Amino acid sequence: MHRTGELYEQYRTLEQQRETASLGMWIFLSTEVLFFAGLFMTYTLNRSTYPDIFSEASKTIKLSWGAINTVVLIGSSLTMAMAVWASQTGKKKALTWFLIATLVLGTVFLGIKSVEYHDKYVEHHIPGWNFQFEPGADAATNAHAQLFFSLYFGMTGLHALHMIIGAGLLLWLIRESLRGRFTPEYNTPVENIGLYWHFVDIVWIFLFPLLYLIDRH
Amino acid sequence: MSATPAAVNQMPREHYLNATWGIRSWLLTTDHKRIALLYLASVTFFFFIGGAFATMIRIHLLSPKGLLVTPETYNKLFTMHGVAMIFFFLIPSIPAVLGNFLLPIMIGAKDLAFPKINLLSWYIYLVGGCFVLYSFSTGGLDTGWTFYTPLSSVYSNSAVTPAVLGVFINGFSSILTGLNFIVTVHTMRAPGMTWFRLPLFVWAQYATSIIFILGTPVIAITLLLAGLERVFHLGFFNPALGGDPILFQHLFWFYSHPAVYIMILPAMGVISEIIPTFARKPIFGYSFIAGSSIAIAVIGFFVWAHHMFVTGESTYAALTFSLLSYLVAIPSAVKVFNWTSTLYKGSISYDTPMLYALGFIGLFLIGGLTGLFLACLGLDIHLHDTYFVIAHFHYIMVGGAVMGYVGGLHYWWPKITGKLYPEFLARIAAITLFLGFNLTFFPQFILGYLGMPRRYASYPPEFQVLNVMSTAGASILALGYLLPMIYLTWSMRYGAIAGPNPWPGTGLEWRTPSPPPTENFDVTPEVTWEPYDYDNRPDLGLDVSGAPALAHGDD
Amino acid sequence: MSTRQIVQHRKLAHDKERNKTVQADLPLYPEQASNFAMSVDGLMAYITAVCAFFAIAITAAIIYFFFKYRRKHPGEVGVPIHGDMRLETAWIVVPLFLALTMFGWGAVVYVDFRRAPMDTLDIYVIGKQWMWKIQQPTGLREINELHVPVGRNVKLILASEDVIHDFSVPAFRVKMDVVPGHYNTMWFRPTKAGRYHFFCQQYCGTNHALMGGWVTVMEPMEYAAWLSGSSEATANPVLAGEKLFAEKACNTCHVTNGTGRAPSLNGVYGANVLLADGSAVTADDAYLRESILNPQAKIVAGYAPLMPSFQGQLTEEQIIDLTSYIKSLQSQPVPTKGSGVAPATGKK
Repeated sequence: MHRTGELYEQYRTLEQQRETASLGMWIFLSTEVLFFAGLFMTYTLNRSTYPDIFSEASKTIKLSWGAINTVVLIGSSLTMAMAVWASQTGKKKALTWFLIATLVLGTVFLGIKSVEYHDKYVEHHIPGWNFQFEPGADAATNAHAQLFFSLYFGMTGLHALHMIIGAGLLLWLIRESLRGRFTPEYNTPVENIGLYWHFVDIVWIFLFPLLYLIDRH
Repeated sequence: MSATPAAVNQMPREHYLNATWGIRSWLLTTDHKRIALLYLASVTFFFFIGGAFATMIRIHLLSPKGLLVTPETYNKLFTMHGVAMIFFFLIPSIPAVLGNFLLPIMIGAKDLAFPKINLLSWYIYLVGGCFVLYSFSTGGLDTGWTFYTPLSSVYSNSAVTPAVLGVFINGFSSILTGLNFIVTVHTMRAPGMTWFRLPLFVWAQYATSIIFILGTPVIAITLLLAGLERVFHLGFFNPALGGDPILFQHLFWFYSHPAVYIMILPAMGVISEIIPTFARKPIFGYSFIAGSSIAIAVIGFFVWAHHMFVTGESTYAALTFSLLSYLVAIPSAVKVFNWTSTLYKGSISYDTPMLYALGFIGLFLIGGLTGLFLACLGLDIHLHDTYFVIAHFHYIMVGGAVMGYVGGLHYWWPKITGKLYPEFLARIAAITLFLGFNLTFFPQFILGYLGMPRRYASYPPEFQVLNVMSTAGASILALGYLLPMIYLTWSMRYGAIAGPNPWPGTGLEWRTPSPPPTENFDVTPEVTWEPYDYDNRPDLGLDVSGAPALAHGDD
Repeated sequence: MSTRQIVQHRKLAHDKERNKTVQADLPLYPEQASNFAMSVDGLMAYITAVCAFFAIAITAAIIYFFFKYRRKHPGEVGVPIHGDMRLETAWIVVPLFLALTMFGWGAVVYVDFRRAPMDTLDIYVIGKQWMWKIQQPTGLREINELHVPVGRNVKLILASEDVIHDFSVPAFRVKMDVVPGHYNTMWFRPTKAGRYHFFCQQYCGTNHALMGGWVTVMEPMEYAAWLSGSSEATANPVLAGEKLFAEKACNTCHVTNGTGRAPSLNGVYGANVLLADGSAVTADDAYLRESILNPQAKIVAGYAPLMPSFQGQLTEEQIIDLTSYIKSLQSQPVPTKGSGVAPATGKK
């Protein structure tokens, strides 16, 4: 499809184009909710079947890293919101810097996450053939703990994948922003990627208590 | 505001088929009409793969011991038949072919909201299809299309992983199509095209898209988990490692029951277009038909556990899901009553699409009513997983969805290709399909009540007579499918030129030349008429004054 | 019964010659050989009648309209009728009402099927790719054969060693999935002596179609004679269970007189057990099984969650042996202290 200025051919007005893109993003996010819902469901069911072992297993992941990451991610949501505001008010320089800040915070999150993953690797907590929950744990305990870690890696892994995609999108936004493409009239990509970024943050806001916090006093 | 009634009598010089040439212009197209044709070719391919498996299944079952293949191969045949037909033919068929082609034209838009995403959907479908074909050709798949764990995740020796990945990937194609359709209907309607002027086909596509976006992600994540479980020996659904196989069934059916409505709702939409056109009168109860599509889509999300009445689920759950299953039957009944009433005092022609539409009502009636048997808790303890179920869902999916699809292809064939198909042959094919279908599947209801289990490579000899009848029917059915394949292809080149509105129909798609130009309309149309309103459409050139006058009191 | 005879007499000519021994007629429903057969067939007849009425009425209307209102000349249009609220209401309300009667009647049959009576003959059925192992209450074992007495309530306790199976007897009109990881139960009361097919009705892999067998319904006397007659094939599950109870060191904690770290199991089977969270549970097969495999799920009041899980260490048969042994302790004296059994008239 060709475009004239920022208006793609299939639309009649910029207003229609903006509405369309934004509705598209909301609908995409609603499918994302259902996508994660399957995992949350599996986790909740298993947690209620094996509450003790899940609680023990969850205590082996470091609360401090999770807490720091929560702060980092909330911070990145803030900078992202600022970026959207900057794009709407035409502050082009601020926009670039807020986007870069968001990207940096996102990268910090992923860095911390990989440190956590590495810890789990060292402890033989990666599900698969080398899994060993505790020295001398019996087969059933091992299996149930492995269930916890499968879900831990499944959920945080899928979340991290969303973060990586988000980081890619941010890189593109930064490039376009440096070219001065976003104006108060045309900033749909910033808005939509902002929505996506907030969604990914919210997923973490659910993951953190579910995986780290239950049963810690 | 009569738009372009005069310009309709000659073929346009340039249209979407001849606007550009070359393989690149097709593979990189973002024109929804061309993408629809790409889908048409690919779903037809999978239809024939699935059909070949079905043929072998029916031949095998001629004899109680099994005629053709080993039990292992038989299991692969029915599994691959199911996977090819459901995920790669039925689910995309009407939405991605007819929906893609017609939805933007019907609402007066130049294209879908996101044309590039539309093309991406097709490529995702292809990638998913390749994974599945890879599975079929390297060891096959023998888990049943339902992929029940732990059979699929632990015990099966077949190529499960690529197949699961293929279906997983294909899911994103559905999601993106659904997203595209919903956004398009919301934001791309032409001036004057209000919600209650939308053709019922669009309403049906809209309802289907809701299921696409809310159901598909759940099966995607579920199959992903099952695949991971198989590859890394994890335990999500494996009881030996503490998992719960019943959880898999819940997650699977949360999508796969609504998926049945993905298949049947668009077909209902097609029928709702064909009937008023060939009865030449407004559809009876427009808002009830539109509303029932949405009702089916919504209630359809809350009936999934009726597939699990005998898994040992709690009695209370079973009672709830049985009750809700009866509720979802009501909107379907409403549609059937309204279609039938539309025929009353119509001007009915015997054109092929009408034959398909009436055949659809008959077969869907049986398919839908036998659903009431299976939703009944007390009966399901006997009928569950017997051939009764097979017959029931083939009446819905083949008698319903495929009849709707083939009927719709005939109805819009002149619009898509600009050519007419040979009417006589087409009527023969429609009748052959109807008869062959009934002979194939009706005996299976009786087989089921007698207790013959599904997915059996061999069976007790007392079931043979009915199985032979079924196979005989299947051979007629196969002929019925080959015929349209041949003459439709033939007509693309040799068919008589179709005008822009051969039937004539009242929708926007009939107000643009056949085949339509790339931009769909030379001038953005403005809608000033109500849907299916033959009385106030002088542009159609019909003899309105000749209609019996007494009628208006019946409104 | 007369319809059935009519059906039986409707013989297929070519079939008579070819297949006389196997299939002499074309029945429309299987034999009625259990208490559920009549009620399921009755339900079937009711729903068939209602559906046939609507199917025929609508089809007749379509055919009538199709010919009556065929297009007389090419330019003709139909009469514009847009709808009718009264009709719409009627065809929402009437089908809804009929659907609810189907639901209600079906629910009654189902609830009956899911709630087994108390006085059942309990038979263990283990599904395994691709055979059925069946254990009579006396410990007598059969493979792909099930013998039951006529007129007695029979409860099958179903377990699977591998994938999901399904035990289905069309002549009894009942089936139930056999799900690995937990017990399902089903019950029926055979009403007619004879031999009937049973099938595996949940697809379970390569030889799914061969995973079937025969139910033999016998007169009670015959059944008793059959049970005692084949006693030499009987393994004693109680003895096997007692041996296992010692081998797995269960007896070091579950001391009979209630002085161990775990409650005594005397008299526990079938009794109410008080749990740590204040609730009570009936100690049936499913409860015992869960307590062996996932002991943390339900802790007996007053005891610490010390017991290790035996998941993956016991076969389904061994669990049944252990259960049989615990069952045999039913008549043993319950110690006043050190038991999970709730006193008959005690506090909740």
